[in-house]
Amino acid sequence: MKKIIALLLVALFVCGALAACGGSKTADNNNTAATADQKKSDFKAGFIFLHDENSTYDLNFINAAKAACENLGVECILKTNIEESNACKETALDLVDQGCGFVFADSFGHESYMIEAAKANPKVQFSHATGTMAHTEKLDNYHNAFASIYEGRYLAGVAAGMKLNEMIESGKITADKAKIGYVGAYTYAEVKSGYTSFFLGARSICPTATMEVQFTGSWYDETLEKEAATTLINNGCVLISQHADSMGAPTACEDAGVPDVSYNGSTLASCPNTFIVSSRIDWTPYLEYAIKAAMNGDKIDADWTGTLGTKSVVLTEVNDKAAAKDTQAKIDEVKAKLDSGEIHVFDTKTFTVTVDEAKQLNVGAKVDGEGHLTSYMADVDTDEAFAGDTEVIADGYFHESEYRSAPYFALDIDGITLLNTKF
Amino acid sequence: MTTTKAINKEASSREKPFHIVKRTDMPTWKSWLIRILSVLASLVVCAIIIVAVTGDNPLEVYGTMIKGAVGSARRVWVLLQEVALLLCVSLAVTPAFKMRFWNIGAEGQVLMGGLGATAVMLLLGHKLPAPVVLVLVIVVSILCGAIWGVIPAVFKAFWNTNETLFTLMMNYIAIQIVSYFTYVWSSNKGNNVINTINVDNHAGWLNLPESVDRYGYLLNIIIVAVLTVLMYFYLNRSKQGYEIAVVGESINTARYAGINVKKVIIRTMLISGALCGVAGMLLVSGTDHTITPNTAAGRGFTAIMVSWLAKFNPLFMVLTSLLLVFMERGAIEISTVFGLNTSFSEIIAGIIIFFIIGSEFFINYSIKRTRAKEVETK
Repeated sequence: MKKIIALLLVALFVCGALAACGGSKTADNNNTAATADQKKSDFKAGFIFLHDENSTYDLNFINAAKAACENLGVECILKTNIEESNACKETALDLVDQGCGFVFADSFGHESYMIEAAKANPKVQFSHATGTMAHTEKLDNYHNAFASIYEGRYLAGVAAGMKLNEMIESGKITADKAKIGYVGAYTYAEVKSGYTSFFLGARSICPTATMEVQFTGSWYDETLEKEAATTLINNGCVLISQHADSMGAPTACEDAGVPDVSYNGSTLASCPNTFIVSSRIDWTPYLEYAIKAAMNGDKIDADWTGTLGTKSVVLTEVNDKAAAKDTQAKIDEVKAKLDSGEIHVFDTKTFTVTVDEAKQLNVGAKVDGEGHLTSYMADVDTDEAFAGDTEVIADGYFHESEYRSAPYFALDIDGITLLNTKF
Repeated sequence: MTTTKAINKEASSREKPFHIVKRTDMPTWKSWLIRILSVLASLVVCAIIIVAVTGDNPLEVYGTMIKGAVGSARRVWVLLQEVALLLCVSLAVTPAFKMRFWNIGAEGQVLMGGLGATAVMLLLGHKLPAPVVLVLVIVVSILCGAIWGVIPAVFKAFWNTNETLFTLMMNYIAIQIVSYFTYVWSSNKGNNVINTINVDNHAGWLNLPESVDRYGYLLNIIIVAVLTVLMYFYLNRSKQGYEIAVVGESINTARYAGINVKKVIIRTMLISGALCGVAGMLLVSGTDHTITPNTAAGRGFTAIMVSWLAKFNPLFMVLTSLLLVFMERGAIEISTVFGLNTSFSEIIAGIIIFFIIGSEFFINYSIKRTRAKEVETK
């Protein structure tokens, strides 16, 4: 008897809940009506993200995707947490099934799956951020994009240099203690190019600056990034920056009261006392360009490199609470010089390189008597031999992101110490 | 049975007003009714949480979930493919579990199988004829998985090491080995990504031609379906399957009955590891056509749940793996359509699974009120 009553109660409960749900339906219908109003075209754009909005890297893409679609009045479908596996190809094809005319993926490991999806759907345009294969695959509907983020990092480095100078002037540290700590994800070109440009920016302002780099071996691991930052701080680093995507390093800095130059976007909200400035790639200009081209049937560049000029490389507001005085003015000054071509980030006169065949250090680079680069064959075309194929030193500077959009500066310059390597 | 019941009653009735009694007499229809009702109840609880936390319409959320899992031909194929992959790993761990050998190293065994397939495809893909490459892929991946599985079994059989820790640690070793090789074999120096292997000649690819099988998963699904049936008969109808069950019940009984326990442990883990190797092969040569340290994607651990929920019955495991994959596929769609973080979908999946596991308790046990008299007499 009791059991029957219990069963009846459960059944009643189900009915009651279903009835309650029915009531809330009207509100939802209004919601869809509103989005239909905003929609100005039938075009759909699909986006594939490796993580979700908890990763600063993906959040930066998600925001850009939403902004670009809203500006163009197209419908956008966002797919988060898509792994770098067959899942990426399936998601891309699923987006095509749903009617997307443009599909975009944001993570390096998505590339070969995007190419497979592109081959299967010649009428749909596929774009991939940070990839390297578009210029060798030569598909009409597959494209790579990146930005000259090294310029942004150089400017962020300027802000770091200003801070170091302020610490030296106030007597907080001596000039020889101006050591920067850098938390990197992996020991490869994208990260190396990033920390080297950041360091060169800092050293252009604070000549005694040195840097230590600790790699985590992951693009997103909050614990490891926090640990790495703490290790660097304990090693005597007085300023931290990072190229990894969680809040690990910024929060470690806030906890320890060490200034942090962030990446991918402002971390001011969580780190009000230590956040100085952040460089990031704004993907909105590229996405607007590519989606518009896909809508009109125009050709999209196989390799598109955003710059300061295209507003693809941007800096957040400077946090006056943590930054040195006049930081913003200095950044603007240097930015104008970069823009005009008066200075170059990888000017070979500003850094030296040690070549050591035995230690496998910078093999293939040619330097003059003082250690300044005179020749370097970069591995621009993807191949299994890993052989350098393109001379990238000309006119006194290293031509980064010019022969393809993704970075290829993979040298270890003097003044930067790698505490570990992670591949 | 009656004696244990009495003891249970006595032990639990000392101070508590309720006690738990094992039931043995529930008819099948009733147990399934309870299971179905528990799923319904879980949906009700989820509905309340959805409304309270997000304000979205729960019916629409459920509808989206179903659409995400089976909303188009492609999605149905992907669903079946994911079920096949998870089921394959679950089948692999089951004989070990039935033997009470806690193989939580499936993740690593799958990866090693996958690595074997990758190695053959990469190194021999352009040197040998494609059919030979495929045969080698199959042999090598099964061998790699089996070796990775049998190492802890040998240590268990001869030195009685703790297999739980042993197999768990072997996962991390496997992940590091795969990380190392993704670096060594990476398509672009140091970028840690091996691009799709043998795109030109498809050597070592375990797929039917596109004209026969548009989505490319048919072969994977057929292989796992056959394995499921074979495993069912192996566990329930073969002498070896019986030996596994006896060793699982009691090693001393097994010894007394003249079963060579060491041999059974090693043989069973060879099978377990080999099947994981098959799963690795299906992932690398049938699905991804490359490898990353994340290729197994936690299936080695999810498989434990699939196997337990199905009480080590391979046929039920089809249902439990379908349930888990269905919810996972649905969850992805929920996060897209409603803009909810995937964690929210995981909460929903967690609640549903909690109810299903809970229902098993009520199917196996009943809660009885302890009569006042009994309490007084104590």
